[in-house]
Amino acid sequence: MRANTWAGRNKVEVRDVPDPKILNKRDAIVQITSTAICGSDLHLVDGYVPTMQDGDVMGHEFMGEVIEVGSGVPADRLRVGDRVVVPFPIACGACAACAAELYSCCENSNPNAGIAEKMFGHPTAGIFGYSHLTGGFAGGQAQYARVPFADVGPLKIESDLTDEQVLFLSDILPTGYMGAEMCDIQRSDVVAVWGAGPVGQFAMDSARVLGAAKVIAIDKEPYRLRMAEQAGHIAVNFDDVDVRSQLLELTGGRGPDKCIDAVGMEATHGSGHIAAYDRVKQAVRSETERPHALRQAIMSCRSGGVVSVIGVYGGFLDKFPAGAWMNRSLTLRTGQCHVQRYMRPLLERIERGDIDPTRIITHRMPLDEAPHGYDIFKNKQDNCEKIVLKP
Amino acid sequence: MTQVATREAANDRQEEVRRRGRGLGWMSLGLGVAQLAAPDTVRRMSGVDDSATSRAVVPLVGARELVHAAGLLTSRRKSVWAWTRVVGDAMDLTALGMALAHRGGRRRRRLLAVTGAVAGITVLDLLTAVQATRADGTGAVPTVRGARKGASMELTATTTIRKPASEVYAFWRDLENLPTFMAHLDQVRTTGDRTSHWTADAPFGKDVKWDAEITDEEPGEKIAWRSTGNADVPNAGTVRFVAAPDGVSTEVHVVLVYDIPGGAVGKAVAKYFGEEPHQQLDDDLRRLKQVLETGEVVRSDGAPWGKRARKEFPQRPAQPLSDAELAKGAGR
Repeated sequence: MRANTWAGRNKVEVRDVPDPKILNKRDAIVQITSTAICGSDLHLVDGYVPTMQDGDVMGHEFMGEVIEVGSGVPADRLRVGDRVVVPFPIACGACAACAAELYSCCENSNPNAGIAEKMFGHPTAGIFGYSHLTGGFAGGQAQYARVPFADVGPLKIESDLTDEQVLFLSDILPTGYMGAEMCDIQRSDVVAVWGAGPVGQFAMDSARVLGAAKVIAIDKEPYRLRMAEQAGHIAVNFDDVDVRSQLLELTGGRGPDKCIDAVGMEATHGSGHIAAYDRVKQAVRSETERPHALRQAIMSCRSGGVVSVIGVYGGFLDKFPAGAWMNRSLTLRTGQCHVQRYMRPLLERIERGDIDPTRIITHRMPLDEAPHGYDIFKNKQDNCEKIVLKP
Repeated sequence: MTQVATREAANDRQEEVRRRGRGLGWMSLGLGVAQLAAPDTVRRMSGVDDSATSRAVVPLVGARELVHAAGLLTSRRKSVWAWTRVVGDAMDLTALGMALAHRGGRRRRRLLAVTGAVAGITVLDLLTAVQATRADGTGAVPTVRGARKGASMELTATTTIRKPASEVYAFWRDLENLPTFMAHLDQVRTTGDRTSHWTADAPFGKDVKWDAEITDEEPGEKIAWRSTGNADVPNAGTVRFVAAPDGVSTEVHVVLVYDIPGGAVGKAVAKYFGEEPHQQLDDDLRRLKQVLETGEVVRSDGAPWGKRARKEFPQRPAQPLSDAELAKGAGR
């Protein structure tokens, strides 16, 4: 089959690889009909997530049709011919973490738990196409994928919603929603979202759906900010204005009640010398993150507020404003999204028309053009917000 | 017993050498920082504050000391780094000798004092370097590698499984289940109510077989066993099943003891277990958890063999296995 693979830093390549087979009894094989490039794929391509290997199949946002199921998948859960969206964390459904609906912390699904444990203290779940640290599972930017624990994760789509309406249930819609949910939003809340990429846009929509009074988008790409404005959010361009004073202005001096970091480890920002400091430290691997958005979110949030982190971090960061966090009674909440927890309720919201996930799609292209897609997505060319690949 | 005692003595010696190596490392760090941060004070105390050359030499020596310090404090191979200090001492003594030839009075007295101190340190460095080199030769590191002379090795590990103790106990008590999660076992065949015959594929390139008997058991709580007869590697184990505080899970606590013989067999066993013998037992328990909670060992494309600490990275790329790889059994 054809698959988009990691070919070293800053390089992906579509290659011919073997077709997937059933390896465990609870596996299913899915023929992929739609798949997407995620912002967190860029962290892999940029070389900031360790344990990638040449030939790793990329991609963790995909959906398609079940063409084979293992002997351990009950027929009432999944059958050949079912149309499914596959959540990016692989979860067994049986361990203590899964029982607590902490699917991205599944205790069984990562065969390379040892590496994860060294990096993170305790192991985390397997993830499709997301380094060997998260299990070494082939990803979904391909024609077919093997889906472990197929009786737990995949969500059957039985209505006539299009692929593009439901594809993002695999990751970015639940991730954005969880970012807003962790904020425990009240009717009077002003919510500021750092990053107007796909996850940020969905965090903004979710914050509104959950009742926020006002939602602010912070980014520097005019086209991304325009997209947020068209959806009814307020735009702040950090290239044009000082973010802190602008946020104070927009909140009567209080600061946003809730702040969402939808940027993560590769933040860019206006302050040249701090950017240079982080960039150098990251390049020599003495910190793994450029955490500017997180620092600014903590400094901006009103006292007693919540800072919710859904941007990806991989290791260690410097200059964490612990003083602001502690002395101003901030709550920091975070997690890789427990997608399985949110798929069904969010599918219902899509069906009801509360959220329109298709509004962020700017590009559609065949799988073979994935390298070009990565290029324009990474370099923010051609007003690229979200790319859907068709295998 | 004497063999074990010999090994312990070797370990003690090596620990002493390591400790002294670290001591020298800290000394280098102190000197290096002083020479870089306050070179003029160092020059005055050494009696060379009258020379322009020393203004360049003292910080350079300081920088060199930091290299010694980094090596001695961070490397396990103290011998190599101790020798770099000996070389450094020789350079210092040469420089001091040259300085002495041109000076008299108060400066000469200060230089003599410094030279005496450096000579003393040189003796200590030389001693440490020689001993560290010898200790490397005996290979007596405090892991199983030292066991080539014969020793017993005790491994412990624990995990929590979200199943009741009765169920976890019953699974383990059916000893024929053990190879489903203990990677090195080929087969366990029960030969009686408490006796069994074990086959392992490691570490000699041929099968190792031994008989075992259950020596103690309490249903739902504990199983203890040991090898019987003339086992190549006499071994014993205990597993305890303890109810976890959550009321649904079971803590599994395992202790394994291997009586590692001397000679070729012992060497092979030590090599098999490598530097981290604990990891294999840890792998086994993770697989046990997977088998009991999910039904089987979890496999990925990068790790089709399942959880194996030694094969975590690098491993095969995360792309589907070819038919040839599957036929060779890579998926199992």
